[in-house]
This record gives sequence, structure tokens and C-alpha cells, in this order.
Amino acid sequence: MPPTPPARFKVNGTPVQYGGDPRRSLLDFLRDELSLYGTKKGCDHGQCGACTVIVDGRRINSCLTLAVMQDGCQITTVEGLGSDDDLSPLQRAFIAHDGFQCGYCTPGQICSASAMIAELAEGWPSHVSDDLLSVLPTDEELRERMSGNLCRCGAYSNIIAAIRDVMPVAG
Amino acid sequence: MFGTYDVPDQRNLLDQTRQGIIGKPLDRPEAALKVTGTATYAAEYRPENCAEGVLVTATIAQGRVLHLHRDEVLSMPGVLGIFADKRMLRRPAQGTAGQAPVQDVREVEYYGQPVALVVAESFEQASHAAKALRIDYAPEGDVPFDAGKAEYESGQKPVILGDLDEAMASAAHSVDLTYTTEGHASAAMEPHASIAAWQGDVLTLWGSFQMISHNVKELADSLRISPRNVRIISPYVGGGFGSKLGISHDAIAAAIAARELGRPVRVVLTRQQVFDTIMRRSETRQRLRLAADASGRLTGLGHEAWVSNLPGEKFAEPVTQATEFLYGGENRKLAVNVARISRLTSGSVRAPGEAVGMQVLEAAMDELAEKAGLDPIELRKRNLPASQPGKDRPYSSRMLVEALDQGARAFGWDARKPRPCMRREGEWWLGMGVASAARVNMLRPASARVRLEADGSLLVQSDQTDIGTGSYAILGQIAGEMLGVPITRVRVELGDSSLPSGAGSGGSFGASSTGSAVFRACEAIRDRLAHRLGIPVEALELRDGIASGQGRSRPVTELLQGEALEQVGRIKPGKTQMDYAQASYGAFFCEVAVNAFTGETRMRRMLGAFGFGRVLNAKTARSQCLGGMVWGIGAALTEEQSFDLRDGRLLNHDLAQYHVPCHADVPALEVILLEERDAPASPLQAKGVGELAICGAAGAVANAIYNACGVRMRSFPMTPDRLIAQLPDPIARAAD
Ligand code: FES
Ligand code: FES
Repeated sequence: MPPTPPARFKVNGTPVQYGGDPRRSLLDFLRDELSLYGTKKGCDHGQCGACTVIVDGRRINSCLTLAVMQDGCQITTVEGLGSDDDLSPLQRAFIAHDGFQCGYCTPGQICSASAMIAELAEGWPSHVSDDLLSVLPTDEELRERMSGNLCRCGAYSNIIAAIRDVMPVAG
Repeated sequence: MFGTYDVPDQRNLLDQTRQGIIGKPLDRPEAALKVTGTATYAAEYRPENCAEGVLVTATIAQGRVLHLHRDEVLSMPGVLGIFADKRMLRRPAQGTAGQAPVQDVREVEYYGQPVALVVAESFEQASHAAKALRIDYAPEGDVPFDAGKAEYESGQKPVILGDLDEAMASAAHSVDLTYTTEGHASAAMEPHASIAAWQGDVLTLWGSFQMISHNVKELADSLRISPRNVRIISPYVGGGFGSKLGISHDAIAAAIAARELGRPVRVVLTRQQVFDTIMRRSETRQRLRLAADASGRLTGLGHEAWVSNLPGEKFAEPVTQATEFLYGGENRKLAVNVARISRLTSGSVRAPGEAVGMQVLEAAMDELAEKAGLDPIELRKRNLPASQPGKDRPYSSRMLVEALDQGARAFGWDARKPRPCMRREGEWWLGMGVASAARVNMLRPASARVRLEADGSLLVQSDQTDIGTGSYAILGQIAGEMLGVPITRVRVELGDSSLPSGAGSGGSFGASSTGSAVFRACEAIRDRLAHRLGIPVEALELRDGIASGQGRSRPVTELLQGEALEQVGRIKPGKTQMDYAQASYGAFFCEVAVNAFTGETRMRRMLGAFGFGRVLNAKTARSQCLGGMVWGIGAALTEEQSFDLRDGRLLNHDLAQYHVPCHADVPALEVILLEERDAPASPLQAKGVGELAICGAAGAVANAIYNACGVRMRSFPMTPDRLIAQLPDPIARAAD
């Protein structure tokens, strides 16, 4: 295998580098090399959202990008959003509303929702926005924007309720 | 003797205990772990020096493996070994099998069946090598791929009472309808995964399972070792829905490779492999015959189903399970026939039987109601028998009327238009539908250990799993309630085969069965505490660590005198299971919008009212109901497996092509939990809830679609392509 120059990036604020097998997805790197198992593998094909992490402020499916491509990036995983004794408001809302059952899609839902709230605040429109210049945070908007995160347990109603709880403005 | 449940426990002890936590909507004790990503699922353990295994699956449908071109692959970087052992599984184990399923991967029975395992130092190396492995096959075998070309055999003992043909001929109102439902996948979000590690002759397997005590036996039997030498650890399970009831390919393959290589091996199924090799819910064809007299009372009820499975599999989707007890009709014919075909194994997928049987029965009932000129709720109420037809046993408890009535009120059923095509909003037809929910209730053998520590805190232990169902929450609540311990001082340990055998998670029996074992262990401890306090146990009150009664009161820690009290509780099904027809009941209401031009159906509102005995935790029980209703939406509108009729391969074997409902498909669902105590069901007076909320849901959607646009859909899922040809003229009929 030809030598790969190591990629240097930050995960939850900690500098890391990766110069191994270039086929390694960011997802597998986070899980198996950093033991950040909060990021889940549900499909490895960009179809479920369980692997959602936040890279430079944008949510992505970490199964669809390679570890070697992250040079210079700032990556936030669910472990970076809050911890057992310091839960984020969104994590607390997920608990209060029972926004999960098996918990496997949950880190992805939480990472996705965190970034989604910011996208809404910045006024990004979506497929269901009536007015592209002034986007209202309706439940329909939230559902549309969260639809890349599947939950087979069917916790959707509770997830939306949890997100709604921490939204700056009620819709 | 061994805790058989023979006499209904009418004491309702959990209504008299004083801790006040039973039934309360408490947060799950493991919630913080789940929202921070620190709960550990099967693939997430890291024993030292763990190698990575990737399964290779067959590219023929039937035949023999002649040759694996091992040498080409063994020389690839990092490759450690190739395994194609006769102990490896061709099929996964069915629920409660307790023994090895069909083994030996040198033969192929269905397209996509595992035939080999490639192990390498890294996942990337193993994946690459697995793709590169060339295999020579000898195709042979003549099992058909299409049920239409197959022989059927009887899948279960038919129920035949009276003369259904005669009842149909002389009925004032009748329907004779044939429906089809397509196959479903469990599609739990966590793929099946196993990590196997040997220490001498002892195997530790971290896996994702629903029924650990059975899985130990299945794994041991497959490996031909003693169950005593197998330990399974599975504290968090990323969804099961039937797919993890039995042992699967990953576990045996990992164990064999780990033994051979002398180091731990991890095998995780790819998403496509989960779809291709685990379990499908059979497609069904169902004929419904309903005969009623002039008042709408059923005189005849026929429900015949045709399903499919691999040759030799005992499981046949028990489609008519709820039809046996739900409605009257003295002339009956209920039958399930199974075709032997070459497709992946059929088995339990959430609510086997009722999930597809009830939706069709409830759609047919709607058609009968229309013929009889009755409100569909009224038709159902007129047909609730006093005892189970043909068996003459009473119902343990049945909240169906309450569910229909309370649900109708809360939903605003009286606003439903009596005829189709009466509500239009722009390009959307609007309509409402109702259906009953019913799912059999089962108690299963279970045991659990309860330890009241010397400091007054509690430890509850069982190999019971929590697959998202809330086992951690409710078992802690039962124990805390019974022994007067605040929930913050209760610890629950589950999912480890070294703990007493719980019932496992399946058939909605986990909570009531393992919960009853916890209850019984606590009763024994209560006896001892009462004795130490010097009062009869009937007078004992336990709350916040204080034992009191008959004017006496002492801290429990004093009664314990520095020593813990420990008890294993057990329960087994007994006479109450035979003496009563036991089921959970409910009702679904929904409002849909059907696009007048495209035939797309959107769920606008959905409400379910459910009675399943005592609610053990209102929050987790409600979540179970929400989940079931979401599955109902999927079964109604989007979920279908497509098979290639030339080779039986599953075509849509991933989450992009098999459409489980997503956020945008699901409106804010409403759930009503009905108060009920069902003493014959369990000493907790609780029944099963995990599957109830699917059973009939898609029928309500079908009925709402009819009410909206006048199309009777008899094939599920009710996708736009199926609807569009039958839609009324979108312009001429714009608003009746
Ligand atoms: S694992 Fe990345 S989207 Fe499913
Ligand atoms: S909580 Fe199980 S998949 Fe979402």
C-alpha cells in the first residue's frame, strides 16, 4: 500500500491524526480507533443516519466519508455534545420525552437535530418551506429535516417533541 | 411447585403497596447512557487482538459449493483465514428453538445465504477479501421461487365449526374478499453482530439477542459444546422485532473462527446481509368471508391464509391467531397454508400473525359494516362474544369496547363523513378510518433474582433483555414498589446469561413474565421482612425504606441487621393460560389525505387507545404503542419486500429501497392507555404491549383511504401505483 500522508484533525476538541488504510471510513475510525462508539453503524451506506456527526458545523453521514479526508476538520460526535454528568439540553429533552427506545439511532438523531436547529436558525429553507426567505420552524419543517435519521423503534413523535422543547422559538 | 400460575391473583397487590412508582412515567434508568452514546451494543466491545470477520454470501439460489479459491485470498494483505465449516448456519434459529437451526454452508438453499467467512486483521481487509473470494458452485435443486408455482401444505391445525358455506349462502349481509400483503423485514437499526472470545473451552459471546437462555442453547448445540461453556452478554440491543429471537450466522461463524485462530473475532452483518439472511415476514394471500344476519350479527367467519417458507421450517405466519377469539360467528373456517419456496427464512417479525391478519380482518369488517348499513364501531360492538367461539372459555379481560368508545371521543369520530369523497382540500381527499386491535397474550417461564442490600438499596438481575421495550425501567419499578425502595436506589442488571433466566423479549411477554418473577422474588422478601417486624405480611407496608404495620415501624436496614436478603423468583404458565382467552385489545383511529391525482396517501392524524392490563411504566408503554403505530403506517403505506421470481433473491435489501417510515411519514401520534387489571394474565395483572399497536393499524388506514376517495384497497402496502388506477376522476368528483 502506498504511504498516505496523515490527516490531522480534531475530534471533540482533541487533536488526532490518521495515516492508516485509506479505505477506512470516518465512522470506523471514530468507533474502532478512538472508541467513540456513540456514533452508530446502521447501514454503512448513507441510508439511515445512525452515523451522523457534525463536521465543521454541518451534519454528515460519517459512513460516507473517509478518515483520511478529514484533514483540518473539526468533528463533533455525540460524546462531544454532553456527558453523563453534563447532559446537553437536547439530551435531557430526549430523556424526558422518551425520544428513543432501543437507543441505537439516538446519537445520530441528537447530532442531526443539534445541527438542524442551527440550520433553521440561519434560515436555510427546505423542500417543505412555503417561503424560502422566511422559514418557519413548523413541525412539518422539523420532520422534513430529520427524515435522514431513521428510527425503527418509531420514536418519531417523541423525538420531535424533544427537539421542539429546546428550539429557541416555538413554531 | 415451580411457580406455575394456576389461579388468577386477584389481590392487586401493586395497588396496595405504598412506594407509588408502579405505572408512573419514570425515565428509563439507562437513558443517560443512550443519549450520550455510552450504552454498549454488541459490536462495541474491544477484547484485545480482535480480528474482523466478514461473511460471504451465495450468488446462486440452490445447489452445492464445489470449491472456494482460498489461495487467491489467503495471500491478500491481512487475511487470516477462510471458514466454510459444516457447523456454520444456513438459516437463523426461529424464536424459542433452543437448538441448532439448519447448518452446513456447503449447501445453498436460498439466494444470499452465507457460505463462508473471511477473517482478516482489519475490517477493510476482510471486506475486500470477502468480495474477492471466488466460489465454484454446482447449481441444483428444484424448489420453486414463487409461491404461485409451489405446493401448499397445512401450516397449522385448521379451525372448522358448523357450515360456513351455508352461513354465507343464507346471510343477510356478507363479504367474500381476497387480500394480499407483501413481505416485511424487521430492519432493526442495529445490524446483527457478534464478538467471540474463547478462554480454554469457555466461549464468551457479545451479541445482540432477544432471548438469551434459548440463544445459549442454540449456540452450544450448533458448536456441539455444553451450554455451561457458553456465556452470552447482551445488555443493550439495538432493536429486535423478532429478528434477534434466535441465534444467527454471525455468532456461530465468529465462534468457529475465534477458536481456530486462537484470538477473538468480530463478525457484523452488513445491512444487506441482515435483509438477505435473517428473517422475513411471509407475504400473505388471505380470503375473508364474513356472513351476518340482518342486524349485523356475525353468523359465519372464514379466514384462510396462504403464506410461504423454506422447506422443513415449522414456522408458518399464524395469520388467523386473533381471528380465533376476536369476533363471533358460529360457523367458522380458519386455516393457514404454507408454500415451500426458496427464499430467505420466514419467521417472527413484530406481532407474527396479527400484524397482517388483523389488518385484513379489520378491512373486511369495514366492508361488512357498509353493507349492513352500520357504523363500523357499532358492527364491532355487536360481535363481541361472551366466550371464545369453539372453546367456550371466558375472556380474561377485554377492553375493546372502552377502547373504541374512548378513542372515538378523543379522535372526533363523529365528524367522519358517512360516505366517501365528501371531503376535499385542494388536491387531497380526506377520510377517517377505524379498526380494532388485538394480540394474544402469553406468559412464559421466567426467573429473576432480587437482592435487598444491607444498606436498603435493591439489585434486580435477570438475563431478560431490553430491546428498547423498557425492561430496565419496569423491572426496577416493580421491585422498588414491592419493597418500598425509591427508584434512585434500585439497580437493574440484564442481558447476561450468567444471571437467572428471564423470559426474553418476544411475543410481548417479557414484561409480564419476567416482571412476575421479580414480583414473586419480592413477595418472598416481603414475607421475611414482615416476619422480622413481627406482623402478618398482609399488614406490611414498605415505603422509602421504612417497614410498618399494626402500629409498628422500623427502618428496613434495621430489620436486615447488616445482611442482604436475596431471593430468586420464578413463574411458569399454568392453568390460567388454558382457562381463559387472553389478549390485549385496542382501537385505532386515523385520518388520511389521499392525493386525488397521484394516489399518494399521507397520514394526517392517528390515535390509538389500548388496554393491556396494568401499565407498568406509562412512558415506556406509550412508546411501545407509538412504535407499533409507526409500524402500522409502514405496513399500510410503504413496506414491501420485492423478490426476483427467477431466483428468489430479495431485490430491495437495504434501507434506501425497503421503506421503513421516516420522520416525514409520521404525524404527532396520540395514545390513550386504558386502566385495566387482568388477573388471569399475570400476578401483576399486566399483559403484553409491545406488539399490540400494530395489530390492525393498517386496516384503519385502508378504511380511511376508502372513506377519503372511495377506493377499496385489497393489496398492501397501499402505494400510489396500486391506488392510482382506481381513483375517481379528480376533477369531476372534486367535492360531492
Ligand atoms: S451508517 Fe451511515 S447512514 Fe447508515
Ligand atoms: S430508538 Fe431504536 S431505532 Fe430509534
